[in-house]
Amino acid sequence: MTTLNRRSLMKAVGAAATLSLVGTTAHAADKVKIGFIFLGPIGDYGWTWAHNKGREAIDAALGDKVETIYVENVLEDASAIPVIRDLAQQGCKLIFTTSYGFMDQTLTVAAEFPDVKFEHCTGFKRADNVSTYNSKFHEGRAVLGTIAGKMSKSGTLGYLGSYKVPEVVLGVNAFALAAQKQNPAATVKLVLIDSWFDPPKEAAATETLINLGCDIVTTHTDSPGPLQILEQKGLYGFGQGADMSAFAPTAHLTAIEDIWGPYYVARAQALVDGTWTSADTWDGMKEGTVVIAPYNPAIPADVVALADEIKAGYVAGTYDIFTGPIFDQDGVEKVKAGEVMGLEQLATIDWFVKGVESAS
Amino acid sequence: MSPEFIIASIVTIIGLTTPILLAGLGELVTEKSGVLNLGVEGMMLMGAICGFAATAFTFNPWLGVIGAAAGGALSSMLFAILVLQLNSNQVATGLALSIFGTGLSSLIGQSFTGRIVPQFGSIFPDVLAKDPIWKLLFGYSPLVYFALIMVPLTAWFLKSTRAGLILRAVGENDHSAHSIGYSVTGVRYAAIAFGGAMAGIGGAYFSMVITPMWAERMTAGRGWIALALVVFAGWRTGRLLAGAYFFGFLMWLELFAKANGFGNTMPFLQAIPSQFWAAMPYIMTVVALTLISSRGNVGASAPACLGKPFLPST
Amino acid sequence: MRIKLEKRPAPSTFMLIATPIASVLLTMLIGMLVFDAIGIDGQRAVVDIFLTPILASYKWQDVAVKAAPLIIIALGLSIGNRAQIWNIGAEGQYVIGALCAAGVGIAAGPDAPAITLIPMILAGIIGGAAWAAIPALLKIRWDVNENLTTLMLTYVSFQVLGYLVGGPWKDTNGRNFPATAPLPEQLTLPILFQGSTVHLGVAIALILPFIFWLIMSKSVFGFQIRVVGSAPHAARHGGFDAKQTIWAALLIGGGMAGLAGALEFTGSLKAVNLGFPSGYGFTAIIVAFLGRLNPIGCLIAGIVLAITYVGGQVAQTTVHIPNSTAGIFQAMMLFFILASDILIRYRVRFIPTKPAIADKKEARV
Repeated sequence: MTTLNRRSLMKAVGAAATLSLVGTTAHAADKVKIGFIFLGPIGDYGWTWAHNKGREAIDAALGDKVETIYVENVLEDASAIPVIRDLAQQGCKLIFTTSYGFMDQTLTVAAEFPDVKFEHCTGFKRADNVSTYNSKFHEGRAVLGTIAGKMSKSGTLGYLGSYKVPEVVLGVNAFALAAQKQNPAATVKLVLIDSWFDPPKEAAATETLINLGCDIVTTHTDSPGPLQILEQKGLYGFGQGADMSAFAPTAHLTAIEDIWGPYYVARAQALVDGTWTSADTWDGMKEGTVVIAPYNPAIPADVVALADEIKAGYVAGTYDIFTGPIFDQDGVEKVKAGEVMGLEQLATIDWFVKGVESAS
Repeated sequence: MSPEFIIASIVTIIGLTTPILLAGLGELVTEKSGVLNLGVEGMMLMGAICGFAATAFTFNPWLGVIGAAAGGALSSMLFAILVLQLNSNQVATGLALSIFGTGLSSLIGQSFTGRIVPQFGSIFPDVLAKDPIWKLLFGYSPLVYFALIMVPLTAWFLKSTRAGLILRAVGENDHSAHSIGYSVTGVRYAAIAFGGAMAGIGGAYFSMVITPMWAERMTAGRGWIALALVVFAGWRTGRLLAGAYFFGFLMWLELFAKANGFGNTMPFLQAIPSQFWAAMPYIMTVVALTLISSRGNVGASAPACLGKPFLPST
Repeated sequence: MRIKLEKRPAPSTFMLIATPIASVLLTMLIGMLVFDAIGIDGQRAVVDIFLTPILASYKWQDVAVKAAPLIIIALGLSIGNRAQIWNIGAEGQYVIGALCAAGVGIAAGPDAPAITLIPMILAGIIGGAAWAAIPALLKIRWDVNENLTTLMLTYVSFQVLGYLVGGPWKDTNGRNFPATAPLPEQLTLPILFQGSTVHLGVAIALILPFIFWLIMSKSVFGFQIRVVGSAPHAARHGGFDAKQTIWAALLIGGGMAGLAGALEFTGSLKAVNLGFPSGYGFTAIIVAFLGRLNPIGCLIAGIVLAITYVGGQVAQTTVHIPNSTAGIFQAMMLFFILASDILIRYRVRFIPTKPAIADKKEARV
């Protein structure tokens, strides 16, 4: 059971299993296999849906050279290890594990298959055959914060998040800082529900934020549930990961769309060319991985102009929301006037900015 | 705390409560007949997907609710046949039903993820339903009113009708009920089906009202809370209603604490971890069950035949 | 024609062994038909779920690692079930066991010697048993129904888990993700075969059934458990203490679940996060029933259930059915085994219908 390669495996595997394992490759023997591990269902219209679009982009661009397979609904626990291993055993040469919670599992399997390349999304642990990649979602949050700060009547904004991980903290801070640029008195109430996908809890938490006076709620969890609640209450919110306007046509102001396609195609191409190396990639609006969905006509023209200005600034590389002075919740100056937070600071951030009201 | 905040919070709590109230009422009737069905979570999920699918096909949420009730009741029949015809162990069969319902609903639901279906409109005019004060009475989904009507109806059925009397007799002493000529099995079939239908409607409240969409395991363990609720209520309808609101209040409290709701006024309450509030319904249920079991005088007791197979001495 | 059940003079040994096998085969057959009916390649799904994990040698390690906790928990549960004590909260005892092991590990620090593993695993056993002691105490003191309390405490344990891994035990280098720090290398269970994931816990799971078998069949304690379950009145006359049996049933069940949790943590997961409870405690109930509450039966049944888990993951990639679909097969097996229980104690007779007024009491079946 030590070193397993496909050839020794073929001999050991019986006819029935061979049928099931090789069936998909029989006609595509020369194609390189690329595997995807998804956290949710590809039909979630959020995080996983966006990653699956990226997978489809590989099929479209390199369909004659590569073949992609995927597994949905993989839990972020030890049971992910055999699933990731399964893709490697099925002959995948490149495997994307698309959630933070697959980090240690990815490294475990990567150590067993040194000739297979791995790409772990949003993590920070790398190896010779494990790259990490992430997207500067907070740049999009700055656009959403600008819109929310300008459009909110109460000045109290809601933020529904999953965990206090850097990705969420950055999102909260960017949203709050951008809103405060439009309305210096704006505050952001934060709820972290300890889950990425729990529609009833997301819905109830959204209601709680509304009850506490928030008239715009943005979400950093993956279901369209909160938007449906906002739609029912006649309030506004934003889509997360993908354009969710179908679920809430009037409440959906815009959305942060995660566009993974260009990165996925580039990495697949590198694999085919034999130029793949372990790297840490953190792209954003400039590279086109974070895109703002079409605006709801309810957004006034002047607000659209402000939002577009931020967008253009990020695309041109001239704007950064994390430019000092920035104060934390207790009013301590964390970033001096004129200074810009560095990548390392951003990647490990664990404090909220002034005006964020959180439980801890 | 403004009156608007209190009213809005009550509306939220009533929303959180309705599914467990519906499922709890059904399970109460099932347990009153002497059958412990631990499959509530599975039946709720089957109801959630069947209700959603029926609405997707008919474009009519009312037909969706009927589909949800049918989905819940049909899955409960699997359980009924096993425990009533073949005298299988109720605890194990109920657990199997929960696992089965979770799996089957995911499989059926695969083709429904990401779909959008028509929703219930408000049954009252918007002037009342959207008013910050009057929404307290008029601002709910029809299923909320249905649940509230079912509480006194169930109480009346169990207490004052002949059928209800027979059902309770079957749950308290199946052998004597059998010897006077009542069909123990027949009564239990009906009680299990009712439990399944109500759990199904409770599940549909997730997929059709709170977040009108389908997601795997979207009931997120509420079926187990409904089970706890029946025990917490000491198998009494009135207490079930009160208990449901109390549990709903605790669920709301967890989120309120997560939103730092106590932070500015009551920091000592904010210091309590939010998991404490989430664990409370279960801890309180254990305490309540202990009180019920230790003293007969708390006005409640488990049906004497609960969970025991009926073996007529022929 | 009418079907009549006749009580057998003694339980049928043939049926005792034949029905679990028939249940598995029937599950495969019906699963195939149902899947075909809803437009999924049923044959492929059944082959992937039930056969690929056996036929593909590289899947064996996954089966072994999955089977270990199922077998260990089921062994403990079967003792309880034999004594008619229904502990359905093994999932909670499993979680608490893992947390206790993690607690000892954290207290010992990252430089603790490898020997610390022993107190960690002992803490797991004690923790699981202590969690099960609550329902045992309530049952003995006030006759509180143990299947409800064990179930409720399972959901309490999830909140304890959430509090600890999201609060005091959170990994300081984990960027605030709610999980404990990964165990240092020397505190993880030894791997049995170099290059595989098969850890010492698998060996324990292979040995324990035989120890349990010896205890159950050769010792007075085993005799007591069997008598209390099958003939409580006789047990009382025989001088067996019912309280003692309740304690034993629940503490052993909890201790075994705690052991499984500690082994899974130190051997396989190496960190505790919110995803730690993955349903082993509930699936082990199916294992216990499918194994006919017999220790060796639990060993075989644990492997069968582990196969469906691993196979379910295979089917996820090949026929794209959701992960929880494996649950349909697991539940069906339990349905069939429960339905066939009656065949052990009764004989089925087909009787030509008599026009006379049928005896109502018998017409039930």
